[in-house]
Amino acid sequence: MDKNQNNIVLKTENLSIGYVNRKKKTIVAKDINLNLKEKNLITVLGKNGIGKSTFLRTIAKVQNALSGSIFINQKNLESYTNRNISTLLSLVLTERLPESQLTVFELVALGRQPYTNWIDKLSDNDVEKINIALQQTEIEHLQHKFFYELSDGQLQRVLIARALAQDTAIIILDEPTAHLDIHHTLKIFALLKKLVQKTSKTIIISTHQVNLALQFSDNVILFKDNKVISGSIDELNNINALEDLFPDTVINYDTKLKQFVIKAN
Amino acid sequence: MITKNYTVHFMILSVLLVILFFVNVSLGSVSIPIKDILSILFGGISSKESWEIIILNFRFPKAITAILVGSGLSICGLLMQTLFRNPLAGPFVLGISSGASLGVAILILGSSFFSGILITPTISNWSLPIASSLGAFLVLTAVIVAANKVRNIMSILIIGLMFGSLATAIISVLAYFSKASEIQQYIYWSFGSLGNLSWAEIAVFATIYFIGILGSLTIIKPLNSFLLGENYAKSIGINVKRNRNIILLITSILAGVITAFSGPIAFVGLAVPHISKLLFTTSNHKILIPAVAILGGIILLICDSIAQLPTSEFTLPINAITSLFGAPVVIWLLIRKKKIFI
Repeated sequence: MDKNQNNIVLKTENLSIGYVNRKKKTIVAKDINLNLKEKNLITVLGKNGIGKSTFLRTIAKVQNALSGSIFINQKNLESYTNRNISTLLSLVLTERLPESQLTVFELVALGRQPYTNWIDKLSDNDVEKINIALQQTEIEHLQHKFFYELSDGQLQRVLIARALAQDTAIIILDEPTAHLDIHHTLKIFALLKKLVQKTSKTIIISTHQVNLALQFSDNVILFKDNKVISGSIDELNNINALEDLFPDTVINYDTKLKQFVIKAN
Repeated sequence: MITKNYTVHFMILSVLLVILFFVNVSLGSVSIPIKDILSILFGGISSKESWEIIILNFRFPKAITAILVGSGLSICGLLMQTLFRNPLAGPFVLGISSGASLGVAILILGSSFFSGILITPTISNWSLPIASSLGAFLVLTAVIVAANKVRNIMSILIIGLMFGSLATAIISVLAYFSKASEIQQYIYWSFGSLGNLSWAEIAVFATIYFIGILGSLTIIKPLNSFLLGENYAKSIGINVKRNRNIILLITSILAGVITAFSGPIAFVGLAVPHISKLLFTTSNHKILIPAVAILGGIILLICDSIAQLPTSEFTLPINAITSLFGAPVVIWLLIRKKKIFI
C-alpha cells in the first residue's frame, strides 16, 4: 500500500465537479476517485460536454471543486497557495491568447514568473530553463518571432514549451490537438510521449483523438455518463470499459484491435 | 523577460521631450528670446521682469502640467488596454471622467438647480479639483464594488460605460435647468486646460501623480502575465483579483487627479499606447510603461504648442487639438501597420 502511494502524484477522493451560479449548483460529474501515477502520459477521454475540461480546470485549481478532495503529492490541494501550485502544475489551455506583441521567447519566459523577482528579471538559471524548453519542443528557430506569426501547430509547441519552462512535475493540457491536422496531431502526441519518458514529468491531457490516445497513453481516464473510471488500456479492456464510451450508433470499440472503428452496416 | 535593447529609442525620445519642453515654453502671445528663457529657467536674470513672471508663473507650470497629464493618461490607457485585453480601452472607460464631470457639473450647474436648498457655493481655485475628485471617486467606488461582484472582465467594462452614461444623463438634466452663463462655464471646463495652475496646485498634482506612477511600476510582472489571459496568469502564481483591483485603483488615482486639475482630456490615453506599441513593437510592460510615459509627455507638449497658435494671440481648447491632430495620425499608423494589439 505504502509503496503504491509513493508514486501516486495526484489523487482524488469523492470529487464532485461543476459550476456554482448564484445558489444553483450544476454537477457535471461526481464520485471521481482516481489515483494517478507519476511519470505517466494520462489521457482523459469522453464525449463532448461530459466534464473533461471542468475536471482539468478543477485539478489545476482554476475553478473550485464542488465537494470532495484533491491531493497532489499526498497534500490537499486546498492547502497549497496559488504560488505553490504554480511550481507544481502547469497548464496549456484551449483559450486563444489575447493579441499582443509577445515574442516566442518572451511567451515561454512568462512560464518562469513563479520564480522571478518582483520586476520579472530572468536569472541565468531561468534563461537556461527557457532554452531547454525551447530545445525539447524543437522551436529554437522560432524564438525571435512574434507568436501571432506562427501556425497553430507551432503555437501549440510554444505553449507546451511555456509549460515546460514553468518546471513543474505535472503538466495539464486541455485538447492540445484541437485545431491541428493529423500530421501535427501525431507530432504533438509523440512530443508528449517523449517528454514523459525523458523528463519524468506526469502529463495529463484531454483529447478527442481516441485512437491516438489509446496508442500513446500509459493510463486513461474515461468520463462516462454516470461514472469515471481509470486504468491502463489493458485493464480497461479486461472490464470492457471502453465499449460504451460513445453512443454505439456510429462508432464501436474493437477489443482485438484496441481501437475505435466506424460501425459497419 | 529578455527583450530587444531599446536604449537608442529611449535616448531619442528623451532628447525630443527636452527640446519640445523648451519649444513649448518659448511659444506664446508674448515672444521671448530663447536666451532669456534659458537664463530665467536656470535661475539667472533676464532683460525684462515681466518675462520672468510669464515664464515662471505661466509657461513653465503649463509645460510641466502637459507632461504630467500626457504621461499619466497614457499609462492609464495602457493599463486599461492590458486589463481589459481590449485595444479600444482608454483611461476613461471606467467612467472616471464622467464622474469628474458630474462633480464639476453639480458644482457649477447645480447652484441654480438647488438654489434655496443649498447655499450657493463660492467657486474658488480649489473647488473645481475637489468637486471633480469627489465625482471621480464616487464613480470609481461604484465600479470597483460592482467589479468584485462579477466574474467576467468584460462586464466591468460595460459597467464602467453604464456609470458614465448615468453621469452624463444627470449632467443633461442639470444643464437643462441652468443659466446660459453657468453652462458656458461648465463647457469651458470640459474643453480641458493645461494652464492656470499655481505652483501649489502643481505640487499637490505632482505628488498624487508620482504615487500613481510608482504604483504602476510595482505591477509590471502581473501586467505581463495578463498578456496570456487571466487563467494563465493565475496558473503562474498571480493573484488575479488583487492585481485587477490594484490596476483599477492606480488608473483611478491618475485619471482622477488629471481630470481634476485639467479637465477631461480626450484621445491621448487611447492613442499613445498604440503609437508606443507600433514604435517599440513589444508588449513587455517593462519597456511600455516608460515608453508611453515619455511619448505621452511629448504628444501633449506638441498638442499644447499647436493649441497656442504660435504668433497669434489666441489659444484653442487643448481637447480639440488632441483629437483633431491625433486621430488622423493614429488612423494613418493603423492603416499602415494593419494590425493592432492590446
